[in-house]
Amino acid sequence: MRLMSNPLSQLDSIEADLISRVCHGEHKAFEELVRPYERLVYVTAISVLRNSADAEEVAQEAVLKAFSKLSSFRAECKFSTWLVQITYNEARMKLRKDRRHLYESVDDPQQGKEGDYWPKDFADWRLIPSELLENDQVRKALQNAINSLDDMYREVVNLRDIQSLSIKETATILGIPETSVKTRLRRARLLLRDALAPGMDGLWHTGHPYQKVRPW
Amino acid sequence: MATIEISCVEVWREISDYVDADISAELRLRMEAHFKVCAHCSAVLDGMRNVVGLIADGRLFQMPEGFNKRLYSKINPSE
Repeated sequence: MRLMSNPLSQLDSIEADLISRVCHGEHKAFEELVRPYERLVYVTAISVLRNSADAEEVAQEAVLKAFSKLSSFRAECKFSTWLVQITYNEARMKLRKDRRHLYESVDDPQQGKEGDYWPKDFADWRLIPSELLENDQVRKALQNAINSLDDMYREVVNLRDIQSLSIKETATILGIPETSVKTRLRRARLLLRDALAPGMDGLWHTGHPYQKVRPW
Repeated sequence: MATIEISCVEVWREISDYVDADISAELRLRMEAHFKVCAHCSAVLDGMRNVVGLIADGRLFQMPEGFNKRLYSKINPSE
């Protein structure tokens, strides 16, 4: 289910009250404020760092920073948007300090990153029941496909398709125009589809530049 | 009224917005007419919907056990 694009005024008001209580010294209210967004923070961090231990460390740093800077939150955006921005900044800083190149890109170097990307695989893909996500191998294949995307595409997929944020919220958090969010999202979805679709070779194999990651 | 035809390349350019229902009614009609006669584009559409549906599922990225408790540990080190 997509989150509503428009801020919920009732939610904003509840959050404003919690923020005020935290700023007046009621530190326990901070956990109540952040609790609905714990998963958002974790998935944001892991989408940048691709590693659970690093994501957890960054999530803790981001929450600490949000706590210490809460009095500077001006409600120009939703609290969740602000929290995700902090998490992104922390995750990117960590990545810069500790850049690793362990992951092959599923992106095709033959095609320009800013240009159009066209599908390569036209096989029918029968509907995959979501129960498949109970299967570790399937979950891993999907995670690998997402992790294999370049940073700029993975960030958009995380916010828009994993976190179900709106195009506008995604653009605000990443500091890019909405048109860029749409362009990157289109390319990312086509890349993921090509990586996971059942056609082309009929087998699950890895190879460069075209890398299949599906287990079905 | 006849629908103005749309090419596969144009469909691919708009298909992500189509999945998000973020296109004009006129373009939607043209794309729907195209999907009825183009197996390739229908396959791309089905696949993209599968991808979007699967990765939106909360089970894809599960938080490590105890994550919630440890998340605030730097704020309240005594807990």
